[in-house]
Amino acid sequence: MSNYLYILWIPLLPLATFVLLGLFGRKYFAKTAGIIGTASLLTSTLLSFVAAKQYFFEDGKVNGVYQKIIALKYTWLQFSPNVSIDMGIIVDPISVMMLIVVTSVSLMVHLFSLGYMKGEERFATYYAFLSLFTFSMLGLILSVNIFQVYMFWELVGVSSFLLIGYYFNKPSAVAASKKAFIVTRFADLGFLIGILIMGFYGGTLDIGLLIEKLTSAQSPEFLSITSASFLGASMLTWGLTLIFMGGAGKSAMFPLHIWLPDAMEGPTPVSALIHAATMVVAGVYLVARLFPVFSMDEAALTIVTYVGAFSALLAAVIACTQTDIKRVLAYSTMSQIGYMMFALGISKNGGEAGLGYMASMFHLFTHAFFKSLLFLGAGSVIHMVHSNEMKDMGGLRKLMPITHASFLIACLAIAGIPPFAGFFSKEEILTAAFHENKLIYGVALFTAALTSFYMFRLYFNIFWSKDAVAKAHHNDGHDDAHAHDKESHGEGTLTMKLTLLILTACAIGVGFVPFSQFITSDGLALETHIDLVFSIAPVALSIIAILLSASFYKTQNTKSDKAVALFGGFYSAAYKKFYVDELYLFITKKIVFPLIGQPIAWADRNIVDGFMLLLANTTEKISAAIKGLQSGKVQNYALYFFGGVIALSILFIYIWK
Amino acid sequence: MNEVPLTHILFVSTALFFIGMYGLFTRRNLITMLMSIELMLNSVNINFVAFNKYLFPDKLDGLFFSLFIITIAAAEAAVAIAIIINLYRSHQSIDVDDATEMKF
Amino acid sequence: MNLSLLILLPLLTALLILLSKNLAQIRVIGLAGSLAQLGAAGWLLKLFMDQRAAGNTATYLFETNTVWFKALNINYHIGIDGIALAMILLSALVVVAGILVSWTMEKLSKEYFFLLVLLSMGAYGFFISLDLFTLFFFLEVAVIPKFLLIGIWGSGKKENSAMKLALMLMAGSALVFVGLMGIYYNTHSFDMVQIGQMGISLGVQKFFFPFLFLGFGIFAALFPFHTWVPDGHASAPTAASMFLAGISMKLGGYGCLRMAALMPDAAHSYSWIIILLATIAIIYGAFATMMQTDLKYINAYSSISHCGFVILGIGMLNKTSINGAVIQMVSHGLMTALFFAAIGMIYSRTHTRMVAQLGGLLKVMPFISTVFVIAGLCSLGLPGFSGFVAEMTVFMGAWQNPDGVYRIATVISAASIVVTAVYILRATGKTIMGPISDEHALLGDATWNEKFAAGLLIVGILIIGLAPFLINQLIMPATDFLMINIDKAITLK
Repeated sequence: MSNYLYILWIPLLPLATFVLLGLFGRKYFAKTAGIIGTASLLTSTLLSFVAAKQYFFEDGKVNGVYQKIIALKYTWLQFSPNVSIDMGIIVDPISVMMLIVVTSVSLMVHLFSLGYMKGEERFATYYAFLSLFTFSMLGLILSVNIFQVYMFWELVGVSSFLLIGYYFNKPSAVAASKKAFIVTRFADLGFLIGILIMGFYGGTLDIGLLIEKLTSAQSPEFLSITSASFLGASMLTWGLTLIFMGGAGKSAMFPLHIWLPDAMEGPTPVSALIHAATMVVAGVYLVARLFPVFSMDEAALTIVTYVGAFSALLAAVIACTQTDIKRVLAYSTMSQIGYMMFALGISKNGGEAGLGYMASMFHLFTHAFFKSLLFLGAGSVIHMVHSNEMKDMGGLRKLMPITHASFLIACLAIAGIPPFAGFFSKEEILTAAFHENKLIYGVALFTAALTSFYMFRLYFNIFWSKDAVAKAHHNDGHDDAHAHDKESHGEGTLTMKLTLLILTACAIGVGFVPFSQFITSDGLALETHIDLVFSIAPVALSIIAILLSASFYKTQNTKSDKAVALFGGFYSAAYKKFYVDELYLFITKKIVFPLIGQPIAWADRNIVDGFMLLLANTTEKISAAIKGLQSGKVQNYALYFFGGVIALSILFIYIWK
Repeated sequence: MNEVPLTHILFVSTALFFIGMYGLFTRRNLITMLMSIELMLNSVNINFVAFNKYLFPDKLDGLFFSLFIITIAAAEAAVAIAIIINLYRSHQSIDVDDATEMKF
Repeated sequence: MNLSLLILLPLLTALLILLSKNLAQIRVIGLAGSLAQLGAAGWLLKLFMDQRAAGNTATYLFETNTVWFKALNINYHIGIDGIALAMILLSALVVVAGILVSWTMEKLSKEYFFLLVLLSMGAYGFFISLDLFTLFFFLEVAVIPKFLLIGIWGSGKKENSAMKLALMLMAGSALVFVGLMGIYYNTHSFDMVQIGQMGISLGVQKFFFPFLFLGFGIFAALFPFHTWVPDGHASAPTAASMFLAGISMKLGGYGCLRMAALMPDAAHSYSWIIILLATIAIIYGAFATMMQTDLKYINAYSSISHCGFVILGIGMLNKTSINGAVIQMVSHGLMTALFFAAIGMIYSRTHTRMVAQLGGLLKVMPFISTVFVIAGLCSLGLPGFSGFVAEMTVFMGAWQNPDGVYRIATVISAASIVVTAVYILRATGKTIMGPISDEHALLGDATWNEKFAAGLLIVGILIIGLAPFLINQLIMPATDFLMINIDKAITLK
C-alpha cells in the first residue's frame, strides 16, 4: 500500500488560499486574488489527477478489488474510549472520483470567474469564499469519520451561505442565503440525530468500522440496533432515514428543496460550482458512502428511492414552467439529483445488482460537467444581457457562437442523446431501474422526456425565438454583474470562453470513461454494455420531446400558449412551484413565529419575569403597608414598646410556661 | 413596730409608674413627657428600695441601683432638655407632634 | 507558582488605578494589569501542563492551605485542577478584551476600571477556592461591582435592571449560603476536598443540594430564574456585559458543577429536574431570542439558551457530557464576550441597537461586521469554532443516557441549533447585510484597541474550535476525577 499522504495538500491549498485572501486580500491582493486562487486550485487539480492515476491504475487494486485506503487519521476530539471525531483521508473509488469532479469543476469556475467577476469591489473576498468552499467540499469527500462528514457538511453550508449572500446589499440575496442555510440546517438536525443514533448503537463514528459492524448480521451492534425500535421502526431505519434527511436537505430533495431555486441569487459561477456540480451532490455522496449500511435496511432504501424519484419528476414538471433561466437550471439539477438518488435506492450492494450504485455515481460524474457547463453558459448569457429572464433573451446564437455551441452540446448531453456524456450514465440508471422496479422506470422515462423538453425550451428561448436581441438590456432588478463595463460585450473574456470550451470537451468525452471498471459498490469491476435495443425507447422519447420543444419555441408562435391553456390549473400550480414555498412560509410566519416564538417571548416578559416582579412588588407592598408604623411620633413608639412588653409578659407568664 | 406592708409600697410605685406612663402617652409637651419619664424612673427607684429593704435587708444592691438611676436620670434630663431647647430653636415649638421628621 | 498571585495582581492594579490621575493613566494601568493577569494565567497553564507531564496526578495542583478563621474552621484553601484553570484562562482573556473595549470610557473612568478589575479579582478568587466559605466570599466580591457598573454606566432603564440583577443574584447567594451552612453543620468543614473524601449523608445531600444548585443556577441563568439576564445584559455597558456573560455566568456553571460533584447522590436523584429545566431553558431561550429586536437582548436571550447546555451537560452526569459542559462554559464565555464587544462597537458608532434601524454595515465597517458574523457563526455551532465542539460534546454525552426521556430531551435541545440558526441569520441578515441607511454610510471601522480585543477572543475561539484535543487534554483528568464520586453514586442506585 503506497503513500497517499500528499492528498492532504489537495484540501490544504485552498484552505491556505482562503486564509491568505481572507486576512490580507482586501489590502494586498485586490487585483491578483483571482490569479492566486486559480493557481492554487490548479495545483490541487493536478494533484487530484496524480492521485487518481495512482489509485486507479497503479496500486489501488488488490486481487481485482479496489481497496479502501485510510491515508491519514488523526483523533481530533475524543468523546469516550471508542467514540471520537477523527480527521482523516479516505482513498477509495468514489472519493477519488469526487476529488476529480470537485477540483476540476472548481478550477473551471475559478477560471471563469476571472472574467465574470472582474472589477467587483469584493473580488478578493469572492475568491476567498470560493477557496473556503472548495476546501470544505474536499474535506467532506475525504472524510473517514461520519462526524468529519458532518463538520465539513456544515462548512460547505456556510460557504454556500456566504456566496449566495455575496451581493449582500441586495435583500433578495440575503433572504435567499438565509433560506438556504436554515433549510439545510433543519435537515442537518436530522443528520446529527442520525449520527447520534448510529454512534450510540454502532459504538463508533468511524465510517469503516461502522460499515464493518453494521453489515454483518451477527454482530452485537447490528442485533442491538435492529432490535431497538421507536414508533414501530427499528433504530437502524431511524438512523439511516435521519442521515438521509441531512442528505436530502443538501441535495435539495423534496420536501427540503425550496432553498435551491432561491440560491440562484448568488453569482452565476457560484451556482455552477455549488448548486449544480458539487455541494448539492453531497447528499448522494453521503448515501453512497454509507451504502453498505443502507443496503442492510430495505425500508430506508425505499424511502431514498421514492423521495428521489418523486423529486426528479416534480422538479422536471416545475422546470417546464419557469422563466428565469437559472431557476430552470436549478430545477433541472434537482431533477437529475433525484435520478442519482433513486438509482442508489434501487441498487443492491455488490455484483450485478449493484448496477444502480455504479450508475448513480456515473451520473453524478457526468452531470457535474455538463451541468456546470450549462450554468457557466447561462452565466455568459446573463453577462451579456444583464437579465435572468427568458423574455429578455432570444436570437443570441449569432452574437455568442461559442456559448451557443457549448450550450447546445450540454443540452444534448443532459437530454441523453448519444454520444454525449449524459446518454451513457442515464442509460445505466434506466437499465438498473428497469430491472429492479418498473414503476420507477416509468417515472424515470417520463422525467427524461420532460428533461429534454425543458432543456430545449431553455435553449430555443435563449438562442432562437426572436430574431436578434437589441442592445443589452439594463434591467437593474436583475443586474447580476452590475459592476461590469456596460458599453461593449462580446462573449466575455478569453478565460470565460476557454472555460466553456474545456467543459464542452468534457461533456462530450466523459461518457466514454469505462466507469464500471473503476467504481462499483463492491470494488470489483462490473461488465456493462449499452444495449442498443433498450436505448431506443428513451432516446426516441427525448428526440420527440426536443422536436416538440422546437415547434413551440424555435420561432415565436402561440403553440406554447395553447399548451399552457390545455394544462390550465396544473400549469399555474407548477409555475407557482406547487405552493411548497407558500406552505413553508405559512408554517414559519403563521405558526412558528406567532404561535411559538411570540407567546414564549411574551410569557418570558410577563409570566416568568412577571413572577419575579410579583415577588418584588409584593415585598414592596408589604413594606408600604407596614411602613406607617414608623410614624415619627415618639409616643406611638412608646406605645408599641409597652404593648410589646405586655404581650411578651403575657406570652411568657401565661402561655409559654 | 407595725411596718407598712410591702404591697402598699408596691401599690404606690405601680400607681406612680402608670401615672407616668399615662403622662408620657397623652401629653404633647416634651417637657411634660420628660417629667412623666422621671415619674416612671422614680417608681422603679421605689421598687428597688422597697424590695431591697423587705426581701434582702442585709444587701445593698437595690440601693446602688437606685443611686445609679438617679444619676442617670439627672444626666438624661440634662441631655433631654438640651435636645428640647435645640428643637425649640429649630421648630419654634416643643410639641412632640411637630417633631415627626424621623419617619419613613 | 503561588495562586494568590492571581488575586494580588488585580488587587494591585485596582490600587494603582485609584492612585492614578486621568483616563490615559488609568487605562494604561488597567491594560498592563490585565495583560499581567493573562500572562500569569498563561504561565500557570505552562506550569500546570509541565507538572502533569511530569506525572503529577494529584487532583489539585499548586495547593495552599492557610487557616483563615480557626473557630469556624474556615481555611484559605486554594488550588486548581484543569477545569478551574480553563475558567481562569477564560477570565483572563475576557478581562483584557473588556479593558480594551472600554478604552474611551470618559465617565468616572477611575471608578469604572476599578470595579472591572475588582470583579475580575472576585472571579479568580472564586475559581481557585477549594474552601466553600472562601468560594462564597469571592462570589460576593464579584456580585457587587456588577450592580454599580450597570447602575452608573448603563443605558436604558439601568436602575431597574441593576436592581433586578443584584436582587436575584443576592437571592442566589442567599440560597448558596443556606446550603453552605447545611453542609457545614453536618460535616463541620468547609473544605471541598475534605468533604469530598468524607462524603455527605444522603438525607443532608437531598435537603441541601437544591439550595446550592438553585443558588448557583441563578447565576447560570437557570430557567425560570433567568430573567435578570436579558435586562442586566441589555442595560450594562459593553465591558460589563462582556464580564457578566463571559465570567459571571460561568461562576454559576462552575459552582453547579462543583456542587454536583460534591453531592453526587442528590445530583443523581434530582438529575431529571435539572435536565428538564435545562431543556426548557435551551429551547425556550432560543425561541424567545427569535422574537427580540434589540441586538443586546438577542445575545442575552441566546446566552440563556447556551447556558442551558452547561446545565444539561452537568445534569446528564457522565464524563462526556460534563466535559462538554466545561467546554461550553469556556466557549460561551469567549463567544458571547465577542458578540457583546461587536454589539458595543456597533452601538458606539450608530447609537442604536435596534435590528430594524441597522443594515448593510458590512459596507462601512468590514472588520466589526466580520467579528459579528464570526461570533454569530460560533453561536450557531459552526465547525471550526468553539461552539461546535462544545455542543457536540454535550450531545454525545447526553445521548449516552439510554433512558427514553433523556433522549427526547437531547433531541429537543439539538433542535435548538436550528432555531439558533434562524435568529443569528435574521440578526446578521438585517444588520450586517442588506442595504445601508444613509445616516450610517460614513461611519468608521474598528480602532486598534477594538481590533486587538476582538482578535484576542477570536484566537481563543479558534484554538478550541480547531484543536479541541488541547482543551480536552486540560480538562479530561479533572472530569475523570469528578466522575469517581459521581460514578460511585450512580452505581449505588
